[in-house]
Amino acid sequence: MSDLPPYPPIDPTTFDLIVIGTGLPESIVAAAACTASKSVLHLDPNPFYGSHFSSLSLTDFPSFLTSQSHASASSPSPHSNTHHDFTVLDFSTRPLYSSLDISNFSPHLLNQHARKFNIDVAGPRVFYCADKSIDLMLKSGASQYLEFKSIDATFLGDDKGNLLTVPDSRAAIFKDKSLGLMEKNQLMRFFKLVQGHLAGEEGVKISEEDLHSPFVDFLNKMGLPPKIKSFILFAITMVDYHQEDVGVCRDLLKTKDGIYQLALYNASIGRFSNALGALIYPVYGQGELSQAFCRRAAVKGCLYVLRMPVTSLLLDKDNGCYKGVRLASGQDIFSKKLIIDPSFTVPLPVGSSLPHPLQEKLPLSSLKDDRVKVARGICITKASLKPDMSNFLVVYPPRSLFPEQVTSIRLLQIGSNLAVCPPDMFVLYISALCDDDDQGKKILHSVMNTLLTVPDSIDSESNSAVQSETAESGSVLQNENAESSFTAQSNTREGKPTSLWSALYMQELTSGQVEFICSTPMPDGKLIYNDLIDLTVKLFHEIYPDEEFFPKTSTSENSGDDGDISLET
Amino acid sequence: MHGRPRKAPKPEDEAASAAKAQKLRALQTQFFSYHHNKIYTKEAVELSAKLLEINPESYTAWNYRKLAVEHHLSQPECDPDSAKSILDDELRVVESALRQNFKSYGAWHHRKWVISKGHSSIDNELRLLDKFQKADSRNFHAWNYRRFVAESMNRSEQDELKYTEDMIYTNFSNYSAWHNRSVLLSTLLEKKAEGFLSKEKVLPEEYEFIHQAIFTDPDDQSGWFYHLWLLDQTVKADSPLLISSWPAHGSDVQLVDRCHNDSAFSPFTTLHSDSGSFPVVLYFNQPVEGVSSSTVTVESEFNKSEDLVWNPLSVSNSQAAKVWVTHLKFPTSELHCPVEVSVGHSKGITSTRGFQYSFSSVFSFKVHVQPTKKDSSQGSVAESILWREENFKAYGTQSEESIPILSFDQLSIRNDPEPTVSDWRVEALSKEIECFRELLSLMDCKIGKLTLARLLMAYDSMSLSCTNKLDHSDEVLELYSDLMKLDPSHHQCYKDGHSLVLLKQVTSSRESLLKYCSKYTDSVPLTICSPICLRLNNLSLSRVGAFEKLLWVQMLDLSHNELQSIEGLEALQLLSSLSLRNNKLRSFTALDPLRKLKSLRVLDISYNHIGEHSIDTTRYLCASPLSHLVGSEWNKDETVIGDVALINYWDAFLIFKELNLKQLDIMGSAIADEKFKSVLVKIMPTLKQLDGERLG
Repeated sequence: MSDLPPYPPIDPTTFDLIVIGTGLPESIVAAAACTASKSVLHLDPNPFYGSHFSSLSLTDFPSFLTSQSHASASSPSPHSNTHHDFTVLDFSTRPLYSSLDISNFSPHLLNQHARKFNIDVAGPRVFYCADKSIDLMLKSGASQYLEFKSIDATFLGDDKGNLLTVPDSRAAIFKDKSLGLMEKNQLMRFFKLVQGHLAGEEGVKISEEDLHSPFVDFLNKMGLPPKIKSFILFAITMVDYHQEDVGVCRDLLKTKDGIYQLALYNASIGRFSNALGALIYPVYGQGELSQAFCRRAAVKGCLYVLRMPVTSLLLDKDNGCYKGVRLASGQDIFSKKLIIDPSFTVPLPVGSSLPHPLQEKLPLSSLKDDRVKVARGICITKASLKPDMSNFLVVYPPRSLFPEQVTSIRLLQIGSNLAVCPPDMFVLYISALCDDDDQGKKILHSVMNTLLTVPDSIDSESNSAVQSETAESGSVLQNENAESSFTAQSNTREGKPTSLWSALYMQELTSGQVEFICSTPMPDGKLIYNDLIDLTVKLFHEIYPDEEFFPKTSTSENSGDDGDISLET
Repeated sequence: MHGRPRKAPKPEDEAASAAKAQKLRALQTQFFSYHHNKIYTKEAVELSAKLLEINPESYTAWNYRKLAVEHHLSQPECDPDSAKSILDDELRVVESALRQNFKSYGAWHHRKWVISKGHSSIDNELRLLDKFQKADSRNFHAWNYRRFVAESMNRSEQDELKYTEDMIYTNFSNYSAWHNRSVLLSTLLEKKAEGFLSKEKVLPEEYEFIHQAIFTDPDDQSGWFYHLWLLDQTVKADSPLLISSWPAHGSDVQLVDRCHNDSAFSPFTTLHSDSGSFPVVLYFNQPVEGVSSSTVTVESEFNKSEDLVWNPLSVSNSQAAKVWVTHLKFPTSELHCPVEVSVGHSKGITSTRGFQYSFSSVFSFKVHVQPTKKDSSQGSVAESILWREENFKAYGTQSEESIPILSFDQLSIRNDPEPTVSDWRVEALSKEIECFRELLSLMDCKIGKLTLARLLMAYDSMSLSCTNKLDHSDEVLELYSDLMKLDPSHHQCYKDGHSLVLLKQVTSSRESLLKYCSKYTDSVPLTICSPICLRLNNLSLSRVGAFEKLLWVQMLDLSHNELQSIEGLEALQLLSSLSLRNNKLRSFTALDPLRKLKSLRVLDISYNHIGEHSIDTTRYLCASPLSHLVGSEWNKDETVIGDVALINYWDAFLIFKELNLKQLDIMGSAIADEKFKSVLVKIMPTLKQLDGERLG
């Protein structure tokens, strides 16, 4: 980064709010604050928007992940401690990714197209047409910068590589070939029961007792067969853990919440007339979302500076209150509030003389207590997993791939028509919750081995681990043997698509911190952004308790109209 | 498009519509002046376009445009290019009118008219339709127009079937799509197109398809409608068949004009005839046309086949009927004469759907005439029927009495079943039965029960030819009883179903039928023979049926039921005494079938609801002086009888004028006042007894 041109000074030097990092939560808060007429400076040390929510080219992807994979003390601030009015604390970054393993089995083919990829760092992710993020985009006006396409279908997978269509709507149940007539009837009746309950229809109220009991008990009570239960639990309400084994289930879904999820799913189908199902995906990748909010913020007057590392935190010497930040350019910028992305921590200097209360308030390396991580995997293929379909979701319920599999695994295939890869290629995103890196790796490998042919590469793991340490330029493993053996073969082996490139990594979970200095949450293990948006709204209200989060404007108000997003069919 | 609640208009809406009306009125005045003066200038035609854009329902404006188009096309300077541009203009006007209201009949019709001129590209029409059908997938105007377009451009039925399927997959609650599917399949089956050679192949797949819809959402009606169509296709035999006759095959018809109290004669075949003639009745499985002396031959010593006139027995006076009748005449001297009737040996009998009667059948019987000496002085005195319980003796209770009933099986004609053809039908039905039993085991579903009832009955009547048993009738009766409780608003419909099944059950075997047969014995013995009376009283019937087994009935007691209609009773040509006492008949028009019963002498319609209801909906279904059917029969001189204007009683007049009743009971109905009775006496000079009072 030393080769970058010198930083021009930022003017003005005082803001209401400084936001560091352009991940989705930071971007939403920046846009919301600007909408509330705050002056905002939005900084990002990276040359792109999105931080941990970005979509990156094949060259940027490894370097970003590598940079976030190890802790680093930031380079000592240029004018260290010269300003006597402040206590200066240097930022350091904490590792958010671990066990990074990137393999390129076809560097020749991929490198020439490297810029045509938009690889989601926080994949797999989709939107339900009726979820909070869509509402937020419509409300904030960010939707005008985005374009979406439908996800064609959802499948349940098994260890044989079979993909079973999930009949998630009336039309899908009708069309489904794998369900028996009785099962169709049972499933549709259950959907109707839920709809009737939500609509407050006479005689179809689900009892309070049932609402507070586990959803799986309710499904059992309704007499639904195991297959249908799987559909509902894992592919529609998207639970993470096995619901009938108390020993391994850490998150038992209540009927009330299950029904809320079903309702959300159901409301999503048909919300936009040209969306086929419940799920949509943004053209050019998920990173577009952060960027759309940034653009929204910029329109409202937010000042953006990318490629701008922040070195230190400036605190009032007397009371230890936050004052501002020192940029890598050496400039000090002041603000009333600060929001930083989760990669930053502030290590306390040894023998610190900081006032006691402050010590507890600083975002130390406090990660989420339960130490659950998200295992993420990305593969690039030249053939779709389903010959006639390019964009779809696959869910592997717990224990469906191997007996020790505790959590649901979700896989999203996105094709070139969503502009995330060159024509005739596909990007596969895999994620699952895991307790540690070994478990995470096992999960990712089992999915890949079930669905893909992974070329034999000579100890790619260790190699790439070494490589990734030095992957400054973004160059990754180049294994001549692997490549030649790959090109000699047909594109698929045993009828499975071959992986051209893969990246496996474990991501830490942080839920953000709303304290003296606010930090934002990392992408969670869910498919949709609902929880993240809740956390973001909460964060906004913490720093601006008196401001409305994207108030309705008179111009955008169309009575009764749902608003629309641009959806390509 | 569907299920959107209507909102009350806001004040500004009302103002807007007032302004629109104002504008419309001005336009309309101007338009009519152009129209009446036959002005077809550019300006005038544009004005009509403007009018139609606001109000696509203006039929006159559409017709005006047609005239204008014809006018311009007939101009000498009109070449194909300008014709095309004229017609393209029309299409544009229609399109904008449809955008205003895509359910406008006038607009769609105008478009058809323009397209059939043949100057415009039809491919464009499909694109337009796709747009409209996307906006409202059920819009039947668009579907109608689609059929027109598909036909005009010779689009294959297979392609259209695929389109229909796609629409169904998008949303299977689409009556129009299912309907179109049934239309297309009918055409393909008729054409015997490739892959659509036989119902045997196509229908099971369709059942499979519709099950997906029905099971997914049994509350959705569209699937059930299609299922009903499939069931009909499965059950309905294509070619018409003769299913029963009177006299029955192998029977001995005893023609006696007085009773021998001789029980040697079968009650099913003995007939008193004072006219020297008796009817021959043919009963088909569906309405047929073309029964005549050339298609039916009757070989007998005394009657020449070609002299016989066959009459359809249909209330609606159409030329198609299930039942046909002719009358054979015999001398009154003692004789024994064989008669042979053959049907279908020459072509000409066709079903209403155009299928030929292809299964020739022959039946023969013997006629015995046994004249007896008349004892007129005694006979006429006591010749009245008293429908009293003590006058009837059930056969079952008189075990000592042997009843020489003709073999019951002879009541219906056995058509040798074509095993290969009907096998798949039976198989399809039993699969359906199994399927819906399963559905009902999962949930309570009214339409499911009704369908199961229909399926079981269809199955029984299809396998009847093999087993001669109604295995499921008890189950069906129970289903209908259930439905009456579950769905009171359609009580009458289920009741009708229940009644018909009950009658099928009653007539299903000799034993069951005999339970309902009684011997009528008069208080004055030996003056009248003891006829067999079929007593179907107190069965809470709301409809009557199973007539094919009852053609022999001469005396019928339907009293104390809930009949509102006696549809089909016209088939009982031998009927001479009929009691409809204590039913729910509401009008004389409901008695219309009686007009065809020339042998009816004794009628009891007392204690019905005739005259109670000021509005009689059946009236409009029947022949009346206002319809051409009766207009010619209505004699202008007959408009007044005595001091009573006949016009007030035209319905009674039309029924009774044609009957030769001797005895009538009509008391207990609102209409039966003294004035009305006096009218009846005048209409029917033959009447001897009215409400139990002998007439001088």
